[in-house]
Amino acid sequence: MGTGRRGKEYDTRWGRSLAATALIGIGLMAAVDEIVFHQILAWHHFYDRSTPTVALLSDGLLHAGELIALVAGFFLLADLNRRHALHRRAAWAGLLLGMGGFQLFDGIIDHKVLGLHQIRYGVDLLPYDLAWNGTAVLLLAAGALTAWWARRAPGADRPTAP
Amino acid sequence: MTGPAHPVHEGTGPALCAWGTAPALVLLAIALLAYTAAARRARRTPRGWNGLRTASFTLGVALLAAALLLPSLTHTAHHDPRVHMLQHLFIGMYAPLALVMAAPLTLGLRTLPATRRRPVARVLRSRPVHVLGHPATALLLDTGVLYLVHLTPLHTAMQTHPPVQALVYLHYLAAGYLFAWSLAGPDPAPRRPGTATRLTTLLLAIAAHSFLAKLLYAHPHTWPPGAAHTALAEEAAQLMYYGGDLAELLLAVALFAGWYRRRSRTPRPLAERGAHAYPGAMFQRH
Repeated sequence: MGTGRRGKEYDTRWGRSLAATALIGIGLMAAVDEIVFHQILAWHHFYDRSTPTVALLSDGLLHAGELIALVAGFFLLADLNRRHALHRRAAWAGLLLGMGGFQLFDGIIDHKVLGLHQIRYGVDLLPYDLAWNGTAVLLLAAGALTAWWARRAPGADRPTAP
Repeated sequence: MTGPAHPVHEGTGPALCAWGTAPALVLLAIALLAYTAAARRARRTPRGWNGLRTASFTLGVALLAAALLLPSLTHTAHHDPRVHMLQHLFIGMYAPLALVMAAPLTLGLRTLPATRRRPVARVLRSRPVHVLGHPATALLLDTGVLYLVHLTPLHTAMQTHPPVQALVYLHYLAAGYLFAWSLAGPDPAPRRPGTATRLTTLLLAIAAHSFLAKLLYAHPHTWPPGAAHTALAEEAAQLMYYGGDLAELLLAVALFAGWYRRRSRTPRPLAERGAHAYPGAMFQRH
């Protein structure tokens, strides 16, 4: 996060709070993708027969990363909270940035570059892709705005003495 | 539930089911009795014994028994790939995790007199145990055999030779236990590598497991060799993917729970214990 006006200790607190929830955001969005689009709507396919094996391998690694990110994020957050070192606004910013980041990554890399599966089958994909990646950009913008807001007003977030 | 017609290999079926099941169930019952007896003794000591650990051991034994009885309980063909997959998940992933969390070694050491504990500790600290108990070795033994079973003729050998199947199941259990213990076991593990190494190993394990599941789903005509391709094979592959996910999620939680506990025990630098306990406060001193 660099050395801000408020010193390193503040930056670390801010950065760690943001990083912990960014991990949760990534894992959460991956879970939403799996539960809503794969299972409930059944728009996505488990595998659509056009995926090369290499893409399956990288998909496996990404999937593993998402799973661990979700668990790691929650435990890091719990640890920060336990030590009264949680910066709440930075945490919200991290969550939004993580969710938006994953959504954009999924929309561009998974769907388009790796071609693992598409959003929906048998329809014109363009509006779906625009909605998908547009949501991602909105989430990222909201996250960036929250992060900026969190940096601006540090006093309100000072932890109370334990 | 029953899918399209699939070949039922007459003759080997009943033998496959019965072979080794009865003695294995007896062994499981003995293990459970021994554990609960030791736990009852430990509860009477000042340190006590956590009832959740006993519950975890019971769950592990129950999962193993369920896996053994699954083919006869479901009345399905012996080569239903979904039943095999459930057995793999129970024996190789869920039961080992439940047994590891029960800390049977700790309980055993508490039961032993002090003089007998030292040799056990010496074995635990020995080089072979260190090499065998390294997460990388455990990963290789645990996931390696999964690839062998599904991508090589070992699959056919398992289905036609009950002893081979029994050995593979035994390996599933042993390797699954070793893996869960090396990553997150509450039992003593001298020279256990740090959190980063163990997390990397877990990441590779999850990736290898989900990759194999999707590979089996994608190429049902190629793998497992010798198996007739039915829609059931695809269901089995998905079961492997999602079932494995849940087991690995639980393993990750166990790993991080250990990290969380240790973090509260390790004394932090003075600067961090102040009123404003920021994680970076220690940097300000210098």
